Amino acid sequence: MSAILPPADRLWWKQPIDKTEWVWISLAFTWAMIMFGMMIYWHINGKQNLSNEVYKTTPEAYAAKAEKFIADNTVRTETEKNIPVVKVPEGGDGYLIARLWDWYPILEMERGKTYKVHLSSMDYQHGFSLQPVNINIQVLPGYEHVVKMTPTKEGTYSIVCNEYCGIGHHTMLGRIYVK
Amino acid sequence: MATTYRTCPRTGLQFDTAAEKLMRWNAVAGVLALLVGGIMALGVILTRWPAVKLLPADQFYLVLTAHGVDMLLIWIIFFEMAVLYFASSTLLRCRLAAPKMAWLGFWLMVVGAVMGNYAVLAGESSVMFTSYVPMQASPLFYLALILFAVGALIGCFVFLGTLVVAKREKSYEGSIPMVTFGALTACIIAIFTIATGAAILIPTLLWSVGLIKEIDPQLYRLVWWGMGHSSQQINVSAHVAIWYLIAAVVFGAEPLSEKVSRFAFFLYILFLQLASAHHLLSDPGMSAEWKVLNTSYFMYFAVLASMIHGFTVPGAIEAAQRKKGYTNGLFEWLRKAPWGNPVFSGMFLSLVTFGFLGGISGVVVGTEQLNMLMHNTFYVPGHFHATVVCGTTLAFMAITYLLVPTLFKREMIFPKLCQIQPYLFGISMAVLSLVMMGAGTLGVSRRHWDMAFSGAPFQYEWPGAAYLMMGLTGIFGVIAITGGALWILLVVGSLLFGKKLDGGTLSDKPVPHAPLDSVAARASHTGSAEHVQVPGTVVLAMLLLTSFVLYYFVNWKYLSEVWALS
Ligand SMILES: [Cu+2]
Repeated sequence: MSAILPPADRLWWKQPIDKTEWVWISLAFTWAMIMFGMMIYWHINGKQNLSNEVYKTTPEAYAAKAEKFIADNTVRTETEKNIPVVKVPEGGDGYLIARLWDWYPILEMERGKTYKVHLSSMDYQHGFSLQPVNINIQVLPGYEHVVKMTPTKEGTYSIVCNEYCGIGHHTMLGRIYVK
Repeated sequence: MATTYRTCPRTGLQFDTAAEKLMRWNAVAGVLALLVGGIMALGVILTRWPAVKLLPADQFYLVLTAHGVDMLLIWIIFFEMAVLYFASSTLLRCRLAAPKMAWLGFWLMVVGAVMGNYAVLAGESSVMFTSYVPMQASPLFYLALILFAVGALIGCFVFLGTLVVAKREKSYEGSIPMVTFGALTACIIAIFTIATGAAILIPTLLWSVGLIKEIDPQLYRLVWWGMGHSSQQINVSAHVAIWYLIAAVVFGAEPLSEKVSRFAFFLYILFLQLASAHHLLSDPGMSAEWKVLNTSYFMYFAVLASMIHGFTVPGAIEAAQRKKGYTNGLFEWLRKAPWGNPVFSGMFLSLVTFGFLGGISGVVVGTEQLNMLMHNTFYVPGHFHATVVCGTTLAFMAITYLLVPTLFKREMIFPKLCQIQPYLFGISMAVLSLVMMGAGTLGVSRRHWDMAFSGAPFQYEWPGAAYLMMGLTGIFGVIAITGGALWILLVVGSLLFGKKLDGGTLSDKPVPHAPLDSVAARASHTGSAEHVQVPGTVVLAMLLLTSFVLYYFVNWKYLSEVWALS
């Protein structure tokens, strides 16, 4: 019962390690290093990496930029709430506001083109969860996160909020159209 | 201070009676928290089950917060305090240092636990276990967490003090036992964790009463997870120590190599805290370099440690069984294991589910880019039900079947039900974790009242498979809760109605461990020199590694198919 008794051999750290254990430790270590390498490899050769481009901001400053973007690029409005549908200029910037409890506005993009989507919150923390592709990004107030996105397929995409943000959390559903 | 020592006639373990009382009370407080948390679990699961949808939104978030706090924090840490007192005073056969301080710690934890539950159940504090700012809870909520943590911190220092007492009074020779070493690992991580918790919860308390104007949400997340994740690493160290303990008690197994197993515990101390960075992988505030360094390179040393324990614990059991003559084929040692003994079956299920489900999913969700597929989805609670519930809670349940006769001097009632309970709870919880991860892979959010988005300006239909997974979550969740309730009934029933057992002899002085070179010591130790080959464990380990590699790369394939991002 030596796991609950002091080690029988006083100099336990001098005992040799059995070959089988060494083999397992080496395998596990090699696998850990492969997984470590995989992340770096993906930064170089993979197409799906989260952006490092982030700015400190305030809800007011961010809202002002977003409003200007909406005013300049709105193509129509949708739903009873007249949510603007805004065409993001090719290669250019699109702004998405997260707030209790909507994603504002609706963005319109084209397949295969690359856009810079800005994400920030006006109040609490929210979660940008793009469905059905399943890309999930945390959205914080005070931080403007710029993510370059290239939609790969046409269709109507939904943005689900997946960070708890209060009682109306489940109604926080946004949209992105890809043509 | 005068105390007496009781020698348990069934196990030969010696208890300082002051420490024994603390162990009993901490265990009982833990079970009460588990009971409250379990009732909350029923509310959570019956609401997320789309066909049932029991509670309205406000009550759902309230119940979910209480479930998280009672289970992840209160139940587990109370039980861990009992483990710390056991691993120090009992295993080292000495008196507990400062029992009065230990009681102060206990009562602080009780006050914190009651106050925390009150703050949540009264409303106004449905902020979830993570309580991310700027969403605000009532000041009572933060104060409760602080009091609870301070109480636990005192318990940690009593544990360390007891190690000093044992050393000074020479109650053992050489090094502390491996199980105590594992408990020491848990204790060191706990101290770090609680310090981090204070660093973020104290300013948050001041903010909630209006003395501090603002707390940066990214900074909050960074510091909070230093507590939030490492507190789960206390659990890992504690339950791995319990695996070794059960292997030792049930099989007389000894570690294949003291050096390897202790080194693995040491890796936990060095690297586990850094693993908490994997909660920030989809956050805007951290650079990719920081993410890769902390969550990968460093975290993998902790993963390595778990992979080592995952090998050495079954390896020790296999070696012990083979020495007893179960040497036929690869798995006779396992087939002939006491599967009807809930102490063993609970422990072994904990080991297997923690490794295969919790471990693998934890690494996948903790990989920088892959995290984008699972962040904040139902996959995350799926993962931590596999680690914390299948791993820690199940191991704690298993050891309780040993503690009731030893510590409470009662026989377990309904032995047949005791046999079934680990399987009922362990297997349903494992399936629950799997279907939760399945729903998460399909995108279903965690912490979400209604997956049908009623009242939203648009509609979104989840794939049919997602609804199926959520339905299964409901069914297996209810079965798992039944298994948990059965455990509580059996334990509480045994404490009240179990046959009273002989308490053994009391004495005024502790009997120290036999000196290492005594005949008795040599008889009970075989030493690693005569090493037994463990081919069955090698096969199991390779199976784990193969599943790990396959599942890991399947997820990369899945990631490569989503929108290009940079
Ligand atoms: Cu939200």
